[in-house]
Amino acid sequence: MAKANFEVPELKEHLEVPKIEPGAMAHLETFKAKPEFNEALGFPGELSENWQEQAIDAMGDMLKKYRSLQVYMDSCVKCGACTDKCHYYLGTKDPKNMPVARQDLMRKVYRRYFTFGGKFFPKLVGATDFTQEVLDDWYNYYHQCSQCRRCSVFCPYGIDTAEISMAAREIMDRIGLGDKYSNEIIGKVFRIGNNLGLPGPALEDTLEGLEEDVFDETGVEVKYPLDVKGADILLVTPSADFFAEPHVDGLIGYGKVFHEAGVSWTMSSHASEAANFGMFIGSYENMRKISQRVRKAALDLGVKRIIFGECGHAWRVAYAFLNTLAGPWDFLDPDYPVPQHILEFTLGEIEKGTLNIDKSQNDDMVLTFHDSCNVARATRMGDKPGGQFEIPRAVIKAVCNNYVDMPEDTIREATFCCGGGGGLLTDDLMELRVKGAMPRMKALKSVTEEYGVTHMAAICAICKSQFTKVIPYYGFDMDQIVSVHQLVSNALILKGQNSEDEDDESEEDAA
Amino acid sequence: MSLAITVLFYLATVILIAGLAYRIWVYAKVPAPLKIATTPAPVTKGGVVLRMFREVAFFESLFKSNKLLWLLGVLFHFGLLLVLLRHLRYFINPVPTVIELIQPFGKYAAFAMIIGLLGLWARRFIIDRVRYITAPSDHLILALLVLIGISGASMTFVSHTDIVGLKNFTMGLLTFDPKPLPSDPLLAIHLFLVSVLMIIFPYSKLLHGVGVFFSPTRNQVDNPREKRHLADWARKFEENS
Ligand code: SF4
Ligand code: SF4
Repeated sequence: MAKANFEVPELKEHLEVPKIEPGAMAHLETFKAKPEFNEALGFPGELSENWQEQAIDAMGDMLKKYRSLQVYMDSCVKCGACTDKCHYYLGTKDPKNMPVARQDLMRKVYRRYFTFGGKFFPKLVGATDFTQEVLDDWYNYYHQCSQCRRCSVFCPYGIDTAEISMAAREIMDRIGLGDKYSNEIIGKVFRIGNNLGLPGPALEDTLEGLEEDVFDETGVEVKYPLDVKGADILLVTPSADFFAEPHVDGLIGYGKVFHEAGVSWTMSSHASEAANFGMFIGSYENMRKISQRVRKAALDLGVKRIIFGECGHAWRVAYAFLNTLAGPWDFLDPDYPVPQHILEFTLGEIEKGTLNIDKSQNDDMVLTFHDSCNVARATRMGDKPGGQFEIPRAVIKAVCNNYVDMPEDTIREATFCCGGGGGLLTDDLMELRVKGAMPRMKALKSVTEEYGVTHMAAICAICKSQFTKVIPYYGFDMDQIVSVHQLVSNALILKGQNSEDEDDESEEDAA
Repeated sequence: MSLAITVLFYLATVILIAGLAYRIWVYAKVPAPLKIATTPAPVTKGGVVLRMFREVAFFESLFKSNKLLWLLGVLFHFGLLLVLLRHLRYFINPVPTVIELIQPFGKYAAFAMIIGLLGLWARRFIIDRVRYITAPSDHLILALLVLIGISGASMTFVSHTDIVGLKNFTMGLLTFDPKPLPSDPLLAIHLFLVSVLMIIFPYSKLLHGVGVFFSPTRNQVDNPREKRHLADWARKFEENS
């Protein structure tokens, strides 16, 4: 088990709703962005003397631009239905991590400056001035929300705390209080093209390396093309897919599927990133600017279709926002939705029968599937509601013999966040990440014990990175996390692939 | 007394209607710039109407969330609904048969309403998480509703009020031809509290009754790939790119 300088939650038999422990996470404050990071995104470098005034102005502006914010500020009845729904509350016991209490950090300021009751009877309605103390709470607790929307499913009015934490982060950015992790990464996307800051030549190298690996393993020349003009399909995938484990095994899988389907495809060095951290900081403009990279790449390369790789929030931006932010897509082939998810493509090929699948290749595993929160609660796949649950499972079951679901109240629309989404995947928030993963870890443990599950598949770059990092704290092994297309890759027998009885030695020679 | 209640009632009605109209106008005017339906969501408008209906008629999300809270919420809201329907007999002449038929149910619905309210109130003391998020105004609104319920039910079950005189009074209100209110302290208290409730309605969390219809996570059609969605304020970005 990994060592921690904080208490790792125990995985009890039943998921208990803890008693509140006020202030339990008050100490955890993610690193603030340096002035140059904020400025690169068009925000002031640092807090000014009159930040309070600026913040209230910004809030007024946001209230006029976002119906969600305006309606949600007014509509909460403090029923408490959401209080036990957030993985961060369950894992940390800090009452300010209860969705409604997180919203209240903004609501009390909203009431003070924008409502009759709060202006004249602040105590009565729980309104307060926007003090430094309140701002500190905002910074801490709006960066302890992974914007997973689990609370929104269970709220009778659909109040979505993610909308509120996004708005809060935008307001903080507008007064010069940005967080380092997200803002630095967005800067990298603008400067270099992806979150990891991998320049074009490095990408090329990596992709060549992948081609060699696949050739060595299969004897088939599967291509991983970059910047190929005139290709039919543009694949946009999270940059973690280029080298992180188990992400890269997924990328290998996409390439094999495209190869077998016989389609022409390419990636782009200009849009070498599916992730869009503009969403995490609630900044429409930054999110739009990042999305426009995909449009430019599609136009420059002259592709007909766009497909996104495995990534949760990237799929949200792609599925739900891309048409708004970078459309209209009238120059693409109208026979396909824009964009498509790689799983929609792969399932289509499986159903058409173009893929030669040997399920037994995955017989060393008993699998379960983690529904990524953004995919589950903010997007769809296919043409029916809920396709986002069925399509990944259909693909997994088509390539694996052993599959079981985790308990019903922890999957699909009720899925628990991995604990690292929403711009929190940074080492300085490790305590939060480990504690927030507890409900998912508990669910995984239950199927491990009951059904002998050995591996958990995920379709999100953040989920995969987060799980491989935190799972050891709970006594699991990081190799237990796999990409869905890694499973596809394992089971997919390419045309002309070396037959199995060739011994390992010859493979090693080639390598 | 009669005059004071008459004036207050008119004032409360104006504030309620004007306040609600203003809030609805604000909500309708603010755009939702992005598609944020909580999925799985309906892919057609008809589907959204159904989803909203299930939400308002059955409290679907609350049911998923917490069965006891759901039960208390249902007892209170549907109790209140029946009680309100029953009250229509004071405002319509002659009383329609449906309203006549509801009367016996409406009478006892008052108890459902009060029990629901007391249960909801108890949660604010018993459950530490709910206690934490409760503000004084939450207690006051509950107190107000409970008192309205008790004062109203007392007039049915404890000391009958002068129904004929009351109907005379309410019809007078409706026709702007004020008639005296029967002198009954319970009735005066009841009407006073109801007026207060009407006045705070547009300025308090009671707005959830309106807000739910405007909630983008619930009222949006899940069709972002098929149909481009663009807010007016976001159009300016289109021009400079
Ligand atoms: S469930 Fe909704 S209305 Fe109830 S306390 Fe939470 S946010 Fe407020
Ligand atoms: S969006 Fe997710 S992380 Fe944020 S408050 Fe709701 S449940 Fe918690």
